[in-house]
Amino acid sequence: MDAPRVGSAARDLERYAGLFASRTRVMTSSAMRDLMAITERPEVISLAGGLPDTSTFPAETLAAVMARVAADSSARALQYGPTEGMRATRETIARVMAAEGARVDPDEVIVTTGGQQVIDLVCKTLIDPGDVIVAEGPTYPGAVPTFSSYQADVVQIPMDADGMRVDELEETLARLDREGRRPKFVYTVPTFQNPAGVTMSLPRRRRLVEIARERELIVLEDNPYGMLRFEGAPLPTLLELDGGHFVVYAGTFSKILSPGLRLGWAVAPRPVLAKLNLAAQAATLCPSSFTQHFVNAYFRTGHWERYVEELRGLYRARRDVMLAALETHLPPEATWTRPQGGLFVWATLPDYLDTTDLLALALSHNVAFVPGRAAFLDGRGGSSLRLNFSGSDDAAIEEGIRRIGDLVREQVGLFATLTGRPASRPGGHGAQAPQPRTDLADVLAMPRRPRDERRSDAR
Amino acid sequence: MSDARRVAVLKGGRSLERQVSLASGTRVEHALERLGHTAIGIDVGPDLVRALNEARPGAVFIALHGRDGEDGTVQELLEALGLPYTGPRPAGCAFARDKVLAKHLMLAAGIPTPAFLVFSDTTLKEMGAADALPGIGARLDFPVVVKPACGGSALGVRFAASPEEVPGALLAALSYDDKVLVERYVHGRELAVSVLGGMALPIVEAVPHDEDFYDFEARYTIGRTTFHCPAELADEQTARALALAAQVAELLGLTAGCARVDLLLEEGTGALQVLEANAIPGMTETSLTPQAAEAAGIGFDALVARVLELAR
Repeated sequence: MDAPRVGSAARDLERYAGLFASRTRVMTSSAMRDLMAITERPEVISLAGGLPDTSTFPAETLAAVMARVAADSSARALQYGPTEGMRATRETIARVMAAEGARVDPDEVIVTTGGQQVIDLVCKTLIDPGDVIVAEGPTYPGAVPTFSSYQADVVQIPMDADGMRVDELEETLARLDREGRRPKFVYTVPTFQNPAGVTMSLPRRRRLVEIARERELIVLEDNPYGMLRFEGAPLPTLLELDGGHFVVYAGTFSKILSPGLRLGWAVAPRPVLAKLNLAAQAATLCPSSFTQHFVNAYFRTGHWERYVEELRGLYRARRDVMLAALETHLPPEATWTRPQGGLFVWATLPDYLDTTDLLALALSHNVAFVPGRAAFLDGRGGSSLRLNFSGSDDAAIEEGIRRIGDLVREQVGLFATLTGRPASRPGGHGAQAPQPRTDLADVLAMPRRPRDERRSDAR
Repeated sequence: MSDARRVAVLKGGRSLERQVSLASGTRVEHALERLGHTAIGIDVGPDLVRALNEARPGAVFIALHGRDGEDGTVQELLEALGLPYTGPRPAGCAFARDKVLAKHLMLAAGIPTPAFLVFSDTTLKEMGAADALPGIGARLDFPVVVKPACGGSALGVRFAASPEEVPGALLAALSYDDKVLVERYVHGRELAVSVLGGMALPIVEAVPHDEDFYDFEARYTIGRTTFHCPAELADEQTARALALAAQVAELLGLTAGCARVDLLLEEGTGALQVLEANAIPGMTETSLTPQAAEAAGIGFDALVARVLELAR
């Protein structure tokens, strides 16, 4: 009875309860949501959001492109457009994808309201209540409410430094088979995964595509960050490896240009694309004509690849600052991933620490992150956290990680006091040489697997 | 020059209950406008005093919850500025906000509250209090509830079914406050009594849907708890609960506005136990206090008008 007032819209729901669809029962508010509300305060260093840095986009370019749209196509930019998106936009998308190595026919593309809408449309098209979706564990926190609102039964597959454990996926699919449950699709962010920051290896990509074919199962490949590779050789997308049979691809302009445009796209086998298009028509009639005209005019200027290159340089430097700060400030009990691109680092603390509680403490020190539980549908992830490095400058990242590190060390020390067991290495970690993170393969698997099984994973 | 019709509504701030406070504040502002006032909403931050000087209010309506707003901090500032404000005075806020202090005051006044022990950052880190943890079982039966002394939500509140679960629960609670309460778990019906200007309003009962004992957050999650008002209780139980709530409000100095007292009606014994009091309960569409007022025939605007009338 501590505080039924907090976050409780219970009375309101009571009043309208008879009107709500059953799917809304799983759309819940939570204490974590209330906490996240504070991260927006200006004094808070937020490593929580997944924000790209839009401040480096030249205002004069924006003005010039807008002026071009106004001069050339004012009436059409202000008008409705086709549900599948303008032909010119789909051609632009084909060019962007070609730059990442994937060849697509503009007729196999539909333009959507952000990549997020692709997730929603795929669920709307494929998922009946109770249907199984297989996702990574942890998965993109923004997909969690979408899956929940379609009343999907989400099964999460552990990951390691090479992405989704495809061997575990096969075991899970076999188990689901035995239980008579057939998953409709596998949701994956194979490249610079959100939130884990890891990338699926080529052998696993190949195997995943084979599994999809063998089982006639859709793979939803969500690839918002593929162009943001800082190092290492690019890997083919699942879409390319599959050749367009069972992979539905979600792309977006959010991370290479602007999330404010709300423009994304889907590439899918034609029968699936037709259904997605009908679903999109019901949802939005058509994606924004205005922002499509902007995108098309902008890509015609030919500056986009240079801008993406600038972003890569900026984010790579910020990632390096974050990784260095983590080495300096986190205690030796903590582990984290080292992304080769994208926006996120995923850190895991000793299992007695709860990162939702840690967030409350962090907020009192004006720093924020996403608690790991947001990336799971089954309550796991309690001792992990997602850290974003793209949306804050170097000084803020360094200071934010320092504050988090101090708090974690304090909590580790306090737990040692409470249990009467000394911390494994009291006195801090700052003065010591950086620890090689050879056991990264275990960072993501929760619960951790016994050491003797750790190397048995074929990758 | 201040203007009696101008009312500043303080909301938001940096408390963990910011979100609820913003909703409470906005709703209060609308009510004030309907009542013929000019409402000036202020999201509390470093420019609070400047904003108040610009607003020139005749009174300040405090719709803050949690730290800084409900603990007497903002109230002390308003005292310094000489502005009349709603709700309890600083002392009442401080007593209600600190569950440990409130429980000690209640015990001294003979008001029943579940048995408890207190641990703090200081006693644990500097006085070796961790060595006293194994003794908890002898003092309180398990399970126990571990919670921050100053906390207004399910955040940081944990059940510990056994001594092994105590350190983890303490660590969680200590993330929210330096002082932590380990309380005997009372199984029973959860009742909330709002007290408006010293008068107890009809009782609200919270009935969690699942009996998941350990999932504290579920109790406060939309759609997982049903609220009944007035609670279906025997007349004698109702009378006792109302009297107890009014007594607590009086004791803690919470009669200047609308406070809420949370009680448990223990299963088996039928005993009433007071858990805590809230100096500034939520005023959202879904909060318990407006619900209780409505059951007493006091609409939301009338509730806001009454609270404002009590401002000094």
